[in-house]
Amino acid sequence: MATAPRFWRENPSRYNLMGFKCNNCGKTYFPPREICPVCHRKSVGKIEEVKLKGTGKVYSVTEVQDTLDELAMMKPYLVAIVEMDEGPKLTGQVIDCEACDVTIGTPVRVALRKLSEEGSAGIIHYGYKFVPVKDSTGKTP
Amino acid sequence: MRRVAIIGIGDTEFGELWDMSFRDIGIQAGLAAVADANINADQIDALYVGNMGAGRFIEQEHIGALIADYAGLARDHIPATRVEAAGASGGLALRQGFQAVASELHDIVVVGGAEKMMDVSDVESAMIQSSAADQEWETILGATFPALHALIAKRHMHEHGTTREQLADVAVKNHKNGSLNPKAQFQREIKRETVLSSPMVSSPLRVFDCAPSSDGAAAVVLCPLDIAKKFTEVPIEIIGSGQASDTLALHHRKDICTMEATKVAARRAFDMAKLTTKDVDVAEVHDNFTISEILAIEDLGFFKKGEGGRATEAGLTSLEGEIAVNTSGGLKARGDPIGATGLAQAVEIVAQLRGKAGKRQVKDAAVGLAHNVGGTGATVVVHLFRRA
Amino acid sequence: MDSTMKVGIVSYGAYVPRYRITPEEIGKVWGVDGKAMSKGLMINCKSVPSPDEDTITIAIEAARNMMKRCEVNPKDIGAIYVGSESHPYAVKPSGTIVAEAIEASPHLTVADFEFACKAGTAAIQTCMGMVGAGMVKYGVAIGADTSQGAPGDALEFSASAGGAAFLIGSEKIIATIEHTYSYTTDTPDFWRREGEMYPRHGGRFTGEPAYFKHITSGAKGLMAKTGLKAGDYTYAVFHQPNGKFPTRVAKQLGFTDEQVKTGLLAPMIGNTYSGAVPLGLAAILDEAKPGDKIFAVAYGSGAGSDAFDITVTNEMDGFQRHKAPTVQELLTNLKFLDYATYAKYRGKIHLGSE
Repeated sequence: MATAPRFWRENPSRYNLMGFKCNNCGKTYFPPREICPVCHRKSVGKIEEVKLKGTGKVYSVTEVQDTLDELAMMKPYLVAIVEMDEGPKLTGQVIDCEACDVTIGTPVRVALRKLSEEGSAGIIHYGYKFVPVKDSTGKTP
Repeated sequence: MRRVAIIGIGDTEFGELWDMSFRDIGIQAGLAAVADANINADQIDALYVGNMGAGRFIEQEHIGALIADYAGLARDHIPATRVEAAGASGGLALRQGFQAVASELHDIVVVGGAEKMMDVSDVESAMIQSSAADQEWETILGATFPALHALIAKRHMHEHGTTREQLADVAVKNHKNGSLNPKAQFQREIKRETVLSSPMVSSPLRVFDCAPSSDGAAAVVLCPLDIAKKFTEVPIEIIGSGQASDTLALHHRKDICTMEATKVAARRAFDMAKLTTKDVDVAEVHDNFTISEILAIEDLGFFKKGEGGRATEAGLTSLEGEIAVNTSGGLKARGDPIGATGLAQAVEIVAQLRGKAGKRQVKDAAVGLAHNVGGTGATVVVHLFRRA
Repeated sequence: MDSTMKVGIVSYGAYVPRYRITPEEIGKVWGVDGKAMSKGLMINCKSVPSPDEDTITIAIEAARNMMKRCEVNPKDIGAIYVGSESHPYAVKPSGTIVAEAIEASPHLTVADFEFACKAGTAAIQTCMGMVGAGMVKYGVAIGADTSQGAPGDALEFSASAGGAAFLIGSEKIIATIEHTYSYTTDTPDFWRREGEMYPRHGGRFTGEPAYFKHITSGAKGLMAKTGLKAGDYTYAVFHQPNGKFPTRVAKQLGFTDEQVKTGLLAPMIGNTYSGAVPLGLAAILDEAKPGDKIFAVAYGSGAGSDAFDITVTNEMDGFQRHKAPTVQELLTNLKFLDYATYAKYRGKIHLGSE
């Protein structure tokens, strides 16, 4: 798993969904990069940090049975590609729900949870996961 | 560019090779290829080795030098290069060798691929394999390598109506072919039921939807086509080579049900060969997961997008089908020692085009295709071969 | 102990995990009459954190809910204090991660607090001081816990998880903290030594000489200061290690069931330790109207009490409460666990060496 400096460096994106907007083409991307993947050098000096709102829709989802060691406590757990409202897609766990509640199209919002820890004596890594959004009846739409 | 031929092939069994070390398997495959090509060590000008993860599997980097040394080639100080592109390491190594001969930089080149996966625990192996994906934005967030392919499968089922049974049919076909391949890791036929009742790995993919971890190595010898007949009666020409990259993370792709890199690499290979998909008689494609074969046969142009599942179900990719796919058993049944796979595909195609594929022989196979993928499609290498 | 300028709550947020376990389920495993325990403690079920939750994630969720309800620039927050007895790190403050997660970093001060169940309210008092002295514009005080009770011990039936966060300032206050009073002694009723996984307690010693003495003294001390009586308050909330203790002490102090009802969460969520009074206060603020007065007394073993006299202001009418879930809304979408799953989630099963 990630070492402390490697993980810490990405805190703004893992805690607060820091992405970037290319003011050359106007598109929003996640995670942050040095240059826009479409505009290349034309984007230099035109990159603006932008925080994603944290809401989106499930684009695809799977229930992981054979898990990474760090997440063994939570198996089986859901992993999804989520299309955020601003456009970028993110990969992450979907939590606080039953597998049957989550399908392609389910609206979700971001929550900060533990991703892993470097053993019981090591650093704890926190980052984004997704929670299905409830409608006014308390049900997941 | 001058024309390039394969004059020798060699491979080890694929499987759990407890008694053999990385050096053992690399050398065994290389020696077999060199013997098959009827060349001597001092005729070898350069060595390329495809390998994904020796640094983590066996804590050894500097693989090019290692293999050159143990092959006895260090005494001749030949250039030895390790090539890495996750699952496409073997195919990419083949392309590097092809480039070296085509550009006239070298004449006789040995290209091998090897991976020793069984020396670490299952858990460690899964972690190493997941390094083919985006560590920072996929793996750390909880996506295992199978989970990423499961996400593709789910979406493909949603968009194109591919069924769970059709995915199983890929595995059934490949196991059937594997049962005819003495070097395959799995040599028993299976039924749909075997796949559908195997333990779930990441829904909808089950154990039998996933290629195994394997130890193994494979190698080929390349030389300029115009001198190939000195070494072999049936030189097989590499008539096309294409390579393409795409976003590392699956979620950054335009459409996760299509491997753009496969389409582009294939187009580049076909353009070089001046052929089209219709000309291909036999194909080895990258089926590390059953869904991957379905994407491959669509993206290579054998079937329209979305039709891969139905085509498999209808038997169109069987040995007797419209286009025989993965006659070796594929990654699924032949095995998938990651860095070796791309070369194992080439070895199978050469055997087919030489008419030496035994019970797996595709009648009158004249043109073959090998398709090798890294990660979830961030690197794809496609080669076309023809009996010269 | 009062500040010279008006200080109070500008915003607040709460969070309780969705998993639950009943005393009956726990009792089954340990040969204890869970139903009787439930009745005796006045706890129907307690909250259980998911394996990927801890005091830090709970504190962050509560703090983010707090920020959603106001338009304060997080960079204007000058101090963040997280009070808990289950900080994930013994050394490395929960507060720095909270600060980063609500984008308050880096120009602020942070420290973690510990005083058993009243670490969160101690943090509120400190923020009052910082704001009142003009040292910071806004301070954040959080009480959050994922407390543990030893398997089979009485505390296992109540120790639960949850937390609430309060933005303390002097502008646009929705609830003024008019007075605060604390009563502190060295009373070893409940403690946990460094390195130990579970706390220990003095059985019945935790009652009269500890909880009741300090809550009562804290309450009486506050009333002496304010000159007010129980009847002058709309709401009252007391530390709630179970449903019984606060109900009894409320009666002793002259408060009615009606006054105590809204803030009494222990029956639904168990004892959230440092989150207990903060969550009760949040539940009250979820429905309180301008002019309402709130009497709050937290208790922390070891021992001490923090008492608060709070008046809801007219600002409450414009408060954007709906921008984050109310405590009642947080108590929905529940999932009840069996003991085995609960033990797995709470790390009570020995997994062997790494």
